[in-house]
Amino acid sequence: MALTKKKGYGPADPKRRRALKEMAMYAAGTAGIAAAVTGFAGQSRSLPAETLRPPGALPEHDFQSACVRCGLCVRACPYNTLKLAEFGDGPAIGTPYFVARQVPCEMCDDIPCVVACPTGALDHALTDIDNARMGEASLVGRTACLNMLGLRCDVCYRVCPVIDKAITLQLTHNARTKKHTIFEPVVHPDACTGCGKCEKSCVLEVAAIRVLPKKLAHGQIGEHYRLGWEEKDKKGKELVPGVIDLPDRLPGGPSDIEPPSLSKIPGLGKTGVGQ
Amino acid sequence: MSVRREPGVEARQQLGWFKANQWLLARRATQLGFFMLFASGPLFGIWIAKGTLASSMTLDVLPLTDPLVLLQGLVAGHRPESLALIGAGIVLGAYLLIGGRVYCSWVCPINPVTDLAAWVRRKLDIKKGWNLKPKTRLWMLGAILVAAFITGTIAFELINPITTLYRGLLFGLSWGMATLLLIFLFDVFVTRNGWCGHVCPVGAFYGLVNTTGLLRVSARGRQRCDDCMDCYAICPEMHVIAPALNTADAGDSPIITDIDCTACGRCIDVCPERVFNFTHRFDQRVDQPPAPNTMTARSRLVTAA
Ligand code: SF4
Ligand code: SF4
Ligand code: SF4
Ligand code: SF4
Ligand code: SF4
Repeated sequence: MALTKKKGYGPADPKRRRALKEMAMYAAGTAGIAAAVTGFAGQSRSLPAETLRPPGALPEHDFQSACVRCGLCVRACPYNTLKLAEFGDGPAIGTPYFVARQVPCEMCDDIPCVVACPTGALDHALTDIDNARMGEASLVGRTACLNMLGLRCDVCYRVCPVIDKAITLQLTHNARTKKHTIFEPVVHPDACTGCGKCEKSCVLEVAAIRVLPKKLAHGQIGEHYRLGWEEKDKKGKELVPGVIDLPDRLPGGPSDIEPPSLSKIPGLGKTGVGQ
Repeated sequence: MSVRREPGVEARQQLGWFKANQWLLARRATQLGFFMLFASGPLFGIWIAKGTLASSMTLDVLPLTDPLVLLQGLVAGHRPESLALIGAGIVLGAYLLIGGRVYCSWVCPINPVTDLAAWVRRKLDIKKGWNLKPKTRLWMLGAILVAAFITGTIAFELINPITTLYRGLLFGLSWGMATLLLIFLFDVFVTRNGWCGHVCPVGAFYGLVNTTGLLRVSARGRQRCDDCMDCYAICPEMHVIAPALNTADAGDSPIITDIDCTACGRCIDVCPERVFNFTHRFDQRVDQPPAPNTMTARSRLVTAA
């Protein structure tokens, strides 16, 4: 009120009061609309399992700040792989995606979709299609897969554009027949581009091998984990000299093995732990 | 029935149907033309412009990007590739040169819909409604930028009816039509010229760009005005007319400079006295009053009758 007096308005100046009230109303309305749009946008944050982004797509959240939903990538794709999401398709409305089982990505050498993208929502740094990571294949239907049943289908393996790197056949003993081999299709995430060719080609009624968004398919060990054998290779020798052969315990095996004494571990010695 | 005057009827009687609708026809042709640049590809396999109004590539050389969509992306935290920046620069430059809200009347696909709604509203003689202020759209513009900032996504594009309609028609999606119906009903039953004249944040943005454009409407023949009010009845932004017409003093500019004027030219069409014309921003000519014994078009008509 001190302010209003300074400006020469009476404390109850009706004009000013109305203006202020109006201002408050508009501000509230604006906040309401912003909140509504925000809430609506929040619902389409994550990508449903069966939908994949085009090659080079930024991580989902960045993608949604970058993609202007122009459809230039869709127009550029010679195989009609990509489409723009409609309300209810799952991905944020208007953004490009594809469904591997319908039309997979053919992994064009010149990656026209990326070149066409004006905003960089499809990262122009991607120039070698083998480096694309649209998703990650995995044999989710292990028990239905013909190869896992002991037959030789191999179709997913044969069609893979990155054959023998992204997908290999791992041989194991067939415990059922006791004399044959199982050729298990195994996907290697470090080479799988997520193109979806394997899923598209799986001969089953419902594909046993599926390509899922990285976030869903990719397992990850803790940041602080170190694999001893890799560290050993890096160092070129044992990490800690002279240790440690822990006793092997067999299931249901003898329990009469003596636990190793702490004092035998170098560096701990007599001082023991905690001193 | 009340004896309500339908704007444009008198102009049609005096000047003929074509002259009383020429700018409307020109606008419809332009709107369709822009659409066909995009649609000739999917329809006939003749690719001229690819993409949508959000961003496009014409004849593989001319990139165009909607500056507001890009701005939302920037606010959301994305640094776009140069292609989009160049495209937005070209679009922005063009509208700064011609006039920002020319977009609304000559390009935007929503315009025919809201024009139709305004016509229906006049036919149904709906006068009452929710009195929104035209500046509401500036708050809307603020709101969508806030939403983009908070979500870190181009949030408004989820519901933007303009790009949704283009996408819907060009990529075979149908959902955009629902928003269209909402806008139509809002304009007919809730607020006169509600969407384009009060709410649309895209219009607000192009209004802010509408400060330097060369293409303007002038009330050059304002001394001929006989206060029939047809221009006010048809104008989607009726508050823009008065400063150049009735409330103008003799020395005042005849140019409609208000940033809300969409340069739709409807005032030119419907005016039986031919008060308005398209001209450039710096044209300050005002017609001199007629010599006492010359008759206006209307007085001629009256005398003839
Ligand atoms: S790489 Fe080729 S097939 Fe795959 S999405 Fe891009 S344009 Fe289409
Ligand atoms: S070209 Fe880029 S910006 Fe346009 S829809 Fe595709 S990913 Fe989005
Ligand atoms: S998605 Fe399937 S076909 Fe494509 S690279 Fe990965 S394993 Fe191979
Ligand atoms: S194509 Fe399908 S059934 Fe055949 S090996 Fe691959 S996953 Fe198994
Ligand atoms: S003043 Fe004339 S040109 Fe401008 S918006 Fe109104 S009718 Fe259209």
